Amino acid sequence: MLGDGILKGMAETARNFFGSFVSAERLTTVEYPEQRIPTAENARVFPFLVYDGADWEAGMRCVACQICEKECPPKCIYIEKSADKKPDYVGKQQFYPARFDIDVSVCMSCQICVEVCPFEAIKMDTEFELATEDRFGGLLFDRKELSRSNEYYHSIHPTEATEVDARLAEEKAKVEAKAKAAAEAAAAKTAAAASPAPPAEGGS
Amino acid sequence: MRTLSPIFYLLAALTLAGGLATVLLKQLVHCALAVTVAFAGLALLFLQLDAQFAGFAQILVYIGAVAILIVFAILLTRGSDLPKDGVFSRSWPLGLVIAAGVFAVLGWAVLASVGAVPQQNTVPAVTVHDIGDALVGRYVLPLEIVALLLTAATIGAVIVAMHEKERPR
Amino acid sequence: MIATPWATNPFFVNLDQIFVLLRNWLVGFLPAALRPAAGVLLGVIAIVCVFPGLFALTTVFERKGLGRIQNRIGPNRVGPYGLLQPVADGIKSLTKEDIVPLRANAVVHFLAPLVLVVTVFMGFAVLPMGRNMVLVDMDAGLLFFFAMGAATELSVFMAGWSSRNKYSLLGAMRAVAQMISYEVVLLLSSVAVVMITGSLSLPKIVAAQNTYTGVFPHWYIFTPWGLAGFLMYAIAATAETNRSPFDLPEGESELVAGYHTEYSGFKFALFFLGEYLAMFSISGLGTTLFLGGWSAPFSFLTWVPSWIWFFGKVMMSIFVFIWMRGTLPRLRQDQLMNFAWKFVLPFTLLNLLVTALWRFMGEGWARWVVCSVILIAAYVVMGRLEMRSEHFGRRRYRYAE
Repeated sequence: MLGDGILKGMAETARNFFGSFVSAERLTTVEYPEQRIPTAENARVFPFLVYDGADWEAGMRCVACQICEKECPPKCIYIEKSADKKPDYVGKQQFYPARFDIDVSVCMSCQICVEVCPFEAIKMDTEFELATEDRFGGLLFDRKELSRSNEYYHSIHPTEATEVDARLAEEKAKVEAKAKAAAEAAAAKTAAAASPAPPAEGGS
Repeated sequence: MRTLSPIFYLLAALTLAGGLATVLLKQLVHCALAVTVAFAGLALLFLQLDAQFAGFAQILVYIGAVAILIVFAILLTRGSDLPKDGVFSRSWPLGLVIAAGVFAVLGWAVLASVGAVPQQNTVPAVTVHDIGDALVGRYVLPLEIVALLLTAATIGAVIVAMHEKERPR
Repeated sequence: MIATPWATNPFFVNLDQIFVLLRNWLVGFLPAALRPAAGVLLGVIAIVCVFPGLFALTTVFERKGLGRIQNRIGPNRVGPYGLLQPVADGIKSLTKEDIVPLRANAVVHFLAPLVLVVTVFMGFAVLPMGRNMVLVDMDAGLLFFFAMGAATELSVFMAGWSSRNKYSLLGAMRAVAQMISYEVVLLLSSVAVVMITGSLSLPKIVAAQNTYTGVFPHWYIFTPWGLAGFLMYAIAATAETNRSPFDLPEGESELVAGYHTEYSGFKFALFFLGEYLAMFSISGLGTTLFLGGWSAPFSFLTWVPSWIWFFGKVMMSIFVFIWMRGTLPRLRQDQLMNFAWKFVLPFTLLNLLVTALWRFMGEGWARWVVCSVILIAAYVVMGRLEMRSEHFGRRRYRYAE
C-alpha cells in the first residue's frame, strides 16, 4: 500500500532516536579529545630510536650504518657517524650516531627504515598528537627526542617487541656460545702449547 | 466635495506609483515587480473599504498567481533583454489620445453612477457568507460558465504542452 | 463533557488568560484613545520575540534530533548540551561579510529576504494561540493567511532572479513551481474545514472543535475526512516550506543552495529565519484547522492553560517535520510534481466531496462508515495506480532517443 515504506522508515528512525539514549550501539560517537579510541597495535606514525637499559646514549641500538638514510624515499633522515666506538648489546664495539635527525614534516610513515634496519634500532611510534606552532624547528626531531626505551616499545607494540627481544636474545646467546667455545679452544690451545701434545679434544 | 481619508490618498499614491513604474522602468522584471506593487495598492484600497474578501482574494490571486505568471512568462521567453530601439514606441501621441479617451469614458461612467447608488451612512457589511450565497444563488450561471472556460483553458494548455512529445523527430 | 472541578478554579483561569491580563494591565497606563493601538503593538512585540526565540530552540533541537536519528550526538559544546548553539550561529551570521554579486540587481537582492520575513510574520497575526489570544480577529482570517503565503512565493522568485546566477534562477523556478502546486492542495484541504465550520474566521474554527463528547474532543482530525485532509495538508505544508523530502530547491548537492546561493551573512540568516517561521506558522494553521487549536485533548485536561496546548501541538508538528527530514530521501522535481498533481490533488478533491457527504448525511454512525470506506478505497486504488511497475521500469527519455 502507498505509504507503508515511509511508515517503516519512520519506525526505524524512531528506534534509532530513542535507542541512542540507551544503547552504545546506536550512538557510536566518540567525543574526542575527552574520549579516545585506543590505537591498533600495528598503527604507525613516525619512527623512533630504541635504546636498551636506562641510559639512552649508552643503550642506543643504532650503529649509524646509514642504511635507513639511504633507503628513505623522501630522504628525511640525516645521520652523522661518530668518530669513536661504543660497545653494543653483545659487547662488540660499534659506531653510534652523533646526529640522527628526522624531519617529520617530510616523513611519509612508509616504515621502510624499519624494514631495512638490521639492528632493530628504529621502530614506528604511534604518537600522533604532535601539533606544534613551530613549523620548521618543531618538526625536526633530533636523536634525543627520537630515543625511547625498550619498555616503551613493549608498551606500544607488545607482540613485535617480544619477538624482537627473543631474536636479539638468541643472537646474543649464539655470540656468547661462540665466544665461550672460542675461549675454550683458546684455553685448550694454551694448555696444549704448555704441555706435550695430547690428542685433540674434540675442538671446535 | 468630501475630503477622503489620508490613508486613501496614501494608498492611491502607492497604486499610481506602481502603475507609473510599470510603464516607465526599463528592466522588464522590474516592471513586473512594480505591477505587483500596484496590485498590492489595489488590495489595500479594497481593505480600506472594508471589503475583506475582495482584498485578500486580490492578494492571493493577483500577487500570488498572476504576478508569478507574468514573471514566468518573462523569464521563459527571455524577455529580460532590452529591445534595441528603446522601450517607448514611436507613435506615443496616438497612444496618449487613446488612453485619454478611455480615461474619459471610465470617468464619465464612474461619476454618472454615483447618483445611481443610494446614499447610505453606514457601509453595508458583506460577509464571505453573503458572497458565497450570491455565487451559488443569483450568480450561479456566470460561475458555471467561468468554470467551463477555465476547464477549457486547462485542457488546452495540457494539449499544447503534450503536443511537443508526439512531434515526429 | 467530563470536566474537572478545578478547571473553573480562578487560579487556572487566570493562568490561562495570563498574557491577556498582562497586556490589559500594561495598556491601562495609557490614555483610553491609545489603548487599542498599544494593545496591538504589545501583541506584535510578543510575537516578534516569541517566535524567533522558538526558532532558535528549533535549530538546536533539529540538529540534535537529526544527530540522534543518525547515530551521533548533535552540537554539544556551546552551552549545556549545546543549547546556546543558536547564539553562536547568530553571532556568526551577523559578523559575516555581506557579499552582493557585482552584476546582481542590488535593490531586488536586498528586498527579497525582507519581503519574505515580513509576509511570514504577518501570517502569525490571525493564529489563535490561546483563548482570546488572537492578534487580529478577522472575518476572513484564513484567506488572509493564504494571501500572505502567496506573497512568500514572490520573494523566493525575487531572490533567485536578482542573484544573476543560473543555479539560483533554476532553484527559484523550481521552488516557485513546487510552492504553487502544493498551495492549491493546501487551500483545498482547508476548504473542507471551512465547509464544516461555516466560517473563515480561525477563532470560530477552534471554538467549533472545542466541544467534547464524554472525554474525547471534537477535533477534525478524528473524523475520516479530517484525517485525510490533515494528511494532505501535512504533505502540502512540507512542500510549501521547502522541507525534506521536498527540499530540492535548496538541496546542497543539487543546486548549491538554490535561490539563496548568493546570500551571505545576515540576509542568509533572514532566509533561514523566514523558512523556519513559515514552518511554525503553517504548523500553527494546521493545528488550528485540524488539531483543535488551543483546546485540550481530553475534557479532564482543560485546566492546563490553552496556550500550552497550542504551542505543544505546534512543537509536536515541528518534531514530526524533523523526523520526516531524518527519514526520507529527497524527491526529484518531476517526482514531486507528479505526486502533487496526480495523487494529492485528486485525493484532496475527493476529500472535499466526502466532506460534503459527511455534512449532509447528518449525525449517526452511517456517515462514519460511508466516508471512511470511500476514502480508504480511493487511497488504496490511487496508490496502486501510482505504484504501477511501469513507473519503475527502464527510464525513457523525451529528447535523447
